[in-house]
Amino acid sequence: MADTGAAIELVGLTKRYPGDRQPSVDGVTLRVDAGETVVFVGPSGCGKSTTLKMINRLIEPSSGSVRINGEDVTGLDPVELRRGIGYAIQSSGLFPHLTVAQNIALVPRMAGWSGRRVRARVTEMLELVGLDPGEFRDRYPRRLSGGQQQRVGVARALAADPPVLLMDEPFGAVDPVTRGHLQDELLRLQRELRKTIVFVTHDVDEAIKLGDRIAVLGERSRIAQFDTPEAILAHPADAFVSGFVGSGAALKRLDLTRLRDLGVPGCPTAHQGEPLPQVRARLRASATDEMLLLDRRGRPVRWLRRDDLTHAEGPLTEAGTPVGGTVTRDATLREALEAVLTDSTGRVAVTGPNGVYAGAVRLEGLLGTVRGLLAADRGRAREHRRERESTRPEPTPPEAEGATAGRAEGDAVGSAG
Amino acid sequence: MGFWDYVGSYREKLLFDAYQHASAVLQCVVVATVAGVAIGVVTYRREWAAGLATTTTSALLTVPSLAMIGLLIPVVGLGVAPTVIALTLYGLLPVVRNAIVGLRGVDPALVDAAKGIGMSRARRLLRVELPLAWPPILTGVRVATQLLMGIAAIAAYASGPGLGNEIFRGIASLGSANALNQVLAGTLGIVVLALLFDAAYVLLGRLTIPRGIRG
Ligand SMILES: Nc1ncnc2c1ncn2[C@@H]1O[C@H](COP(=O)(O)OP(=O)(O)OP(=O)(O)O)[C@@H](O)[C@H]1O
Ligand SMILES: [Mg+2]
Repeated sequence: MADTGAAIELVGLTKRYPGDRQPSVDGVTLRVDAGETVVFVGPSGCGKSTTLKMINRLIEPSSGSVRINGEDVTGLDPVELRRGIGYAIQSSGLFPHLTVAQNIALVPRMAGWSGRRVRARVTEMLELVGLDPGEFRDRYPRRLSGGQQQRVGVARALAADPPVLLMDEPFGAVDPVTRGHLQDELLRLQRELRKTIVFVTHDVDEAIKLGDRIAVLGERSRIAQFDTPEAILAHPADAFVSGFVGSGAALKRLDLTRLRDLGVPGCPTAHQGEPLPQVRARLRASATDEMLLLDRRGRPVRWLRRDDLTHAEGPLTEAGTPVGGTVTRDATLREALEAVLTDSTGRVAVTGPNGVYAGAVRLEGLLGTVRGLLAADRGRAREHRRERESTRPEPTPPEAEGATAGRAEGDAVGSAG
Repeated sequence: MGFWDYVGSYREKLLFDAYQHASAVLQCVVVATVAGVAIGVVTYRREWAAGLATTTTSALLTVPSLAMIGLLIPVVGLGVAPTVIALTLYGLLPVVRNAIVGLRGVDPALVDAAKGIGMSRARRLLRVELPLAWPPILTGVRVATQLLMGIAAIAAYASGPGLGNEIFRGIASLGSANALNQVLAGTLGIVVLALLFDAAYVLLGRLTIPRGIRG
């Protein structure tokens, strides 16, 4: 798809509500790249919603500007502008007097799509968010669960295929389990659609899970830190951010990486019906003292230790111990760690599509990987910061140019040491 | 003559009066509804304007109907005109008040959502706010109808149409043979009409209130 995300730039965006002495949003400047998900996270009342609503001009800024794909939105007709920006809010915002299909069809209808195209789109959107069109199309919102309503809310926001999606605590009103599912689905959708998403939440874990980058906002939407989740976890910019991220940053980090991203270590395998001596030889040749027996479809079924093979007489399918839990390649490091910690011998088989063998992970190996990751994060975060400090634009009077350049160089050397 | 004999022998005339009564009320209710909703739409967003609309219409309602018609006669003459004007004015209050309450009662988050997905002001009003405010507005219309049923009887004083003619004739000839029958026929006729209208409103509610918000 050519026409996916659009970059959004906020420049000195400020909102002072009439009658307030202090602005509620004070000079927010940040750039959201095309196709990126940026999460605004911060305490209640810090101005997240206000900032978000200035992007689609539900709230007019007191000063500053918003540019979408380089175009200043204050010059546009607000109604037209909003039709190009998906908007999903807490408790779904579905219109109770319209059916699910009518709700989803609103924006495409306004955009002048033909009836047939709109109907096809409604079906497509319901399937996209995992609701059976036949069952749900003609229901009224009050006959949906909270989670289903949120899905329809997201479907409505995406219906006219807008390049930009604004989401204000869209999963705030559902239980934690459903919320987890909705988050997973948003991630899946986003892998396909690559929209530019600005997502507001006050749940740090949600921000870490969903954000390509996170803007941690403090009082009056002051940006306390704007960086990748990894960098924020590894290197909170100040006490406010680390307080907000809370304890267990290293553990939270484990949710960000999946086994698939790391390359799953292998382990010797044997097939049912292979001659015993050949299997023995293979295990002996390997560095480990355990191997996986696979069934005819390549799925791991039993763990075989050296002793099991030595004493084996009958078919291999009765030797060793059955494979208990497995994890998929899509499991996060946290899930993998949980699995090996639960396993009595500290290893689990990893499977790919259809439960086919993909490797195995052990406690020691996993711990090493995690340590490596955390160290790499810290290194990268330090580097980021150094870069930012040395490239921070400073107003340079012409006559002082030489001196400033010298100072910047000195800084870079200093912080490298 | 017994009551039913009276009704039997004057059936044509009674039916004609009842028809005129119903028709006058219906037409005035329609006008009051359109005007009342329009006043509600124009004023509900501003506290002072909404207050002004409600106070004005309720002040109108405190004017005794006989006095109102009496005041209108020198201006618009006798007959249908004072009846229609008076009925419409009395019908406004319940409609205006319920329209304002209903429009203000729409969940602000939904209005926000409607704006956020790019609905213009007019479309928001027609597609979201008015449909959601419709149940209370319909209640207001129903109340207005009941109110006008009784008030329309007074119209006969200004030579207006309707069942009021029976009642006034009866009152004017108290003591004569059919006086009581006339008053009774007029009054019962109005009660029956009111019940029929009410049944019609139940049906109208079923037809016009979207299933998603029907109680
Ligand atoms: N319409 C308004 N008029 C006046 N002040 C407002 C208005 N909307 C918000 N505010 C104020 O602006 C500040 C920021 O509000 P905002 O809704 O943006 O916060 P938030 O970060 O979204 O909070 P939450 O997490 O609770 O949703 C608050 O102090 C609030 O009182
Ligand atoms: Mg908010």
